Amino acid sequence: MKKNWWKILGAVLVLYSTIAGFLIGVPRLAILHESIRNLYFHVPMWFAMIVLFSNSIFYSVKSLSTQSEEDDLKAVESVNAGVLFGILGLLTGMVWAKFAWGEFWSFDPKQNFSAISLLLYFAYLILRNAIDEEQKRAKISAIYNIFAFPMMIVLIFVLPRLKDSLHPGNGGNPGFNMYDLDSRMRMVFYPACLGWILIGYWVYTIRFRISSLVYKQQ
Amino acid sequence: MIIFVAMQIANQVKHLVKKEMLLEWRSKYALNGVLLYVVSTVFVCFLSFISMPEKLTWNALFWIIMLFASINAIAKSFLQESKGRHLYIYTLVSPTALIIAKTIYNSLLMIALTLIALLFYCIVFPAPKETDLPMYFVAAVLGSLSFATVFTMVSAIASKAGNGGMLMAILSFPIIIPVLIVLIKLAKNAIDGLDRSVSLDDIGLLAVINVMVMAVSLILFPYLWRD
Repeated sequence: MKKNWWKILGAVLVLYSTIAGFLIGVPRLAILHESIRNLYFHVPMWFAMIVLFSNSIFYSVKSLSTQSEEDDLKAVESVNAGVLFGILGLLTGMVWAKFAWGEFWSFDPKQNFSAISLLLYFAYLILRNAIDEEQKRAKISAIYNIFAFPMMIVLIFVLPRLKDSLHPGNGGNPGFNMYDLDSRMRMVFYPACLGWILIGYWVYTIRFRISSLVYKQQ
Repeated sequence: MIIFVAMQIANQVKHLVKKEMLLEWRSKYALNGVLLYVVSTVFVCFLSFISMPEKLTWNALFWIIMLFASINAIAKSFLQESKGRHLYIYTLVSPTALIIAKTIYNSLLMIALTLIALLFYCIVFPAPKETDLPMYFVAAVLGSLSFATVFTMVSAIASKAGNGGMLMAILSFPIIIPVLIVLIKLAKNAIDGLDRSVSLDDIGLLAVINVMVMAVSLILFPYLWRD
């Protein structure tokens, strides 16, 4: 129980934010209306993804110096869990876009850049499949992971600010800064982020335990 | 002590760049091959387009041609050399010197190639009227530098993975796309003949990306090189 308290916390927070996210009132804003509730589900996915990818960078750096198989497995399972959350982030965004913009995929810069940043991690996973030797695979994929990470930062945090996007928070559309001040929304949004990050980390630890068992069996 | 190491690395870089150039001069394989590639691609484009009414198409086509030409030109920088020669170089010079030398050589090769390609491209498809040619020139040079820094490191990774050209394309495309987006924006500003102060931000961003890529390669390459 002492060791697992954060899993319970994560589950409770996600449950709370899902129920409260649909029930508690939200400010009425033009364009967004009730679809503003997607904030509780769409944005936490990206936070969880960033945390998981940063975790994988940490273990990639570590595996370069320790060269232990365990760190390599942690790095790759982190990427696997992160990709899952990235896809969920894209899907929740697409469902929202269908109602707000009229189309699932309208080639908005934000959509494009997040899809490309996922491509980076697919390339990483393909690179891993291309190499058979374990030591070599750990080393080369760790190097590619670290090399690609600054580019992902540029894609997600720098480039969308240079382009005109319809995404809330860009180019005069109502966004985070405006309803950030609403205390009702803050009460749901922050717990949702923390909850999904904890759940993401939980997914990663389970995946890591499975893959290290598989590795020991071989 | 640090000065001594830096001098030693600078010396090694000088010799390595010289060696690359000498090898290239003897075979003239890379330059001629890629030049033929560029010229024939431009010619195929000419046959299929005949005339190019759109400014946007003019710009996009140039960067697509340059992207594939530079992947082909730089892929060979590590892929072409044998395992034995890698080992030989490994015993002689420090990895830092090697990656610096390869990047410098590739940058020079790419700048030469881009300028020749731009010249030929402009002859076949005349540039749009209001183009700010010096600015477009700057964009092309910055583009070739960025291609060189990114692709050199990726080609080292692909060659160590031992899976040739296929992997090189898969690994480098997602990394080069952000650079390409900024490049195309910069080049489009030049084509539209906008005031040069508008483009300064993009030039700065490209410089930052290049420095960042170069720094990360310098840190990572020694780990990659050691087998």
